[in-house]
Amino acid sequence: MTEQKPLVEVRNLQKWFSVSNHFFSIKQNYVKAVNGVSFKVNKGETLGVVGESGSGKTTLGRAILRLTEPTGGEVLLEGQDFLKFNKRELRKNRDSLSCIFQDPQASLNPRLTVGDLIADPMRIQKKPSTKRERYEKVLELLDVVGLNRDVMWRYPHEFSGGQRQRIGIARALALSPKLVICDEPVSALDVSLQSQVLNLMDDIQKSMGVTYIFISHDLSVVKYVSDNIAVMYLGKIVEIAPKEKLYDNPIHPYTEALLSAIPIPDTKVKRTKIILQGDIPNPMNIPSGCCFRTRCQEAQYICADTVPEMKEYSPGHFYACHLR
Amino acid sequence: MNPRGEFPVLEVRNLQTYFYTTRGIVKAVDDVSFAVQKGKTLGIVGESGCGKSITSLSIMRLLPALTGKVVGGEILFKDRNLLELSDKEMRSIRGNDIAMIFQEPMTSLNPAHTIGKQISEAIKLHKKTSEAEAKNLTLELLSVVKIPNPEKRYDQYPHQLSGGMRQRVMIAMALSCEPEVLICDEPTTALDVTIQAQILDLIVEMKNKFGTGVMMITHDLGVIAEVADDVIVMYAGKVAERASVDDLFENPLHPYTEGLLNSIPKLHRTHERLKSIKGMMPKPTDLPDGCLFHTRCDYVKDICKKELPEEIYMGGRTVACWKYHDKWKEQKT
Ligand SMILES: Nc1ncnc2c1ncn2[C@@H]1O[C@H](COP(=O)(O)OP(=O)(O)OP(=O)(O)O)[C@@H](O)[C@H]1O
Ligand SMILES: Nc1ncnc2c1ncn2[C@@H]1O[C@H](COP(=O)(O)OP(=O)(O)OP(=O)(O)O)[C@@H](O)[C@H]1O
Ligand SMILES: [Mg+2]
Ligand SMILES: [Mg+2]
Repeated sequence: MTEQKPLVEVRNLQKWFSVSNHFFSIKQNYVKAVNGVSFKVNKGETLGVVGESGSGKTTLGRAILRLTEPTGGEVLLEGQDFLKFNKRELRKNRDSLSCIFQDPQASLNPRLTVGDLIADPMRIQKKPSTKRERYEKVLELLDVVGLNRDVMWRYPHEFSGGQRQRIGIARALALSPKLVICDEPVSALDVSLQSQVLNLMDDIQKSMGVTYIFISHDLSVVKYVSDNIAVMYLGKIVEIAPKEKLYDNPIHPYTEALLSAIPIPDTKVKRTKIILQGDIPNPMNIPSGCCFRTRCQEAQYICADTVPEMKEYSPGHFYACHLR
Repeated sequence: MNPRGEFPVLEVRNLQTYFYTTRGIVKAVDDVSFAVQKGKTLGIVGESGCGKSITSLSIMRLLPALTGKVVGGEILFKDRNLLELSDKEMRSIRGNDIAMIFQEPMTSLNPAHTIGKQISEAIKLHKKTSEAEAKNLTLELLSVVKIPNPEKRYDQYPHQLSGGMRQRVMIAMALSCEPEVLICDEPTTALDVTIQAQILDLIVEMKNKFGTGVMMITHDLGVIAEVADDVIVMYAGKVAERASVDDLFENPLHPYTEGLLNSIPKLHRTHERLKSIKGMMPKPTDLPDGCLFHTRCDYVKDICKKELPEEIYMGGRTVACWKYHDKWKEQKT
């Protein structure tokens, strides 16, 4: 097997937010929102990122895009460290990355027509340079996302959630990005619209070869769209694997509990649920050793003592647990 | 009485709730009937805007007073029509006999009072107990809903608790008066899956312990499969289909139910491509003629565009679709 060169490689990425309860307080506190995350994504593939609220998914996406400046680590895009770019280089290379957010309503400027919204990134980058060409491209993008061409004169508020998400996708694709970070792109949509948008994203990937990092708290959706899946807990990846391996044979106790907790819309499937006790710890006060140990039924002394290293279970399947 | 010989604790008959807006009349709930059985869970499922919450608010008589109005039907509870009660009588039913928990517990908890105070006040309102007794009952309830460290939590304010914890407090409050009916409107939608599992587990446990009749409103078919005994599927203010939970998932009859089930990615299966329901929900002020689903339906024939289908009984379940009617079968597409 030839080793494929990854499109993106994230190495030990870190984003700590400094917070102090008191202006004069001496002790500096940190929210370790992303706390040493590493992974690779091959061209044309999708990495799914799942985890519960506050696990750091959004911060991870924003840190990769440099919408928030990471406090450590590397983001290699085709071998080049995106984090080392200065302002000018960053602007020049911006167009290889793009993003789609959960709430299309909030991310679309209500005063621009749909056409202007989609053309906006192209206008800023002057790619293509003439208005005429940009207009042609907008029409092409509207075809790609399955919207009628005449919607370009209308305003985003005139559309339903699913249609607005299509507009958001068209805009994200305007500069032909290599990597698109999708943060809960279908979470606000009803199921019948959700499937329309998921299928569209799939078609786009197949025809244009884009790479996705797909962030979601919905494991069923993530399984549907991803090639590999990373499970996050309190700013760390606890397990990462090709999707079948992860779902058929979860190694980390957290992955196992998470999978068992998902309600399955089929009354014939009978499972034993693992019901975790307690809540997710406060990210300002991450437990010592393994961050999952406070909710883990199997926790031993070593778990409180030492941070578990990533271990390889089978090719491509990594997990961080002392006990398994 | 239903075919299984059960008597309902709550029965809704032909409920119609309309909103009178500047854009026109919104028939949020239009001719909806169902029954909640003692110790059983009725699931109500459907997409955003189909009328789930308005159904429950109509039962509780908590509709926005100026625009929303129940214009028809009956809500029968203990041989009385709730729609005919005075406001005072209704207040004593609410919380006492019928309790409700919402998606966002913060909207129904008072941020200025400790949770202990709020629960014990609720108890004192409905039971004649002393202060000390109310506190003891409250502590007991907090441990029943598995809140760790009840003594400490008693003196805390809602904002000091996590979302899952607050939902437990709401359940404790709902149970404090041993209601006969518990209405849950998307109780776990705002929660993480591992916390959702805890809360659903708790609701089922409480139902079994106290024999409460539960109405579980959700858009999540997974939650329905897990907790409901019977299900009604709603679309644009009407009941599309009703069935036992096993029948519904094994053999959905209504094309809308079929479409819904086909459009969700399923964890336990690998699939090539999701099917989706074409188009979108019609605007509530601009509903189509005939069957409300016909604009999105793959089985549409002429009759579907013209006449509204009645609910047809089919072996212990019902479906409102022309497809099961001779008139449809005889017609060409
Ligand atoms: N600007 C900020 N300042 C301080 N803390 C922050 C900031 N942004 C995020 N956090 C914290 O970082 C942690 C991770 O947040 P993040 O939004 O990345 O989580 P998430 O996994 O996307 O959660 P959700 O599923 O709720 O969207 C949280 O504890 C959050 O409170
Ligand atoms: N105050 C109001 N004024 C006018 N129309 C309303 C009002 N409240 C609700 N509606 C309409 O009534 C219909 C039913 O709303 P309802 O809140 O019951 O939906 P739902 O099924 O609970 O949806 P969701 O899953 O989003 O909670 C919708 O078309 C909604 O727009
Ligand atoms: Mg997020
Ligand atoms: Mg609702």
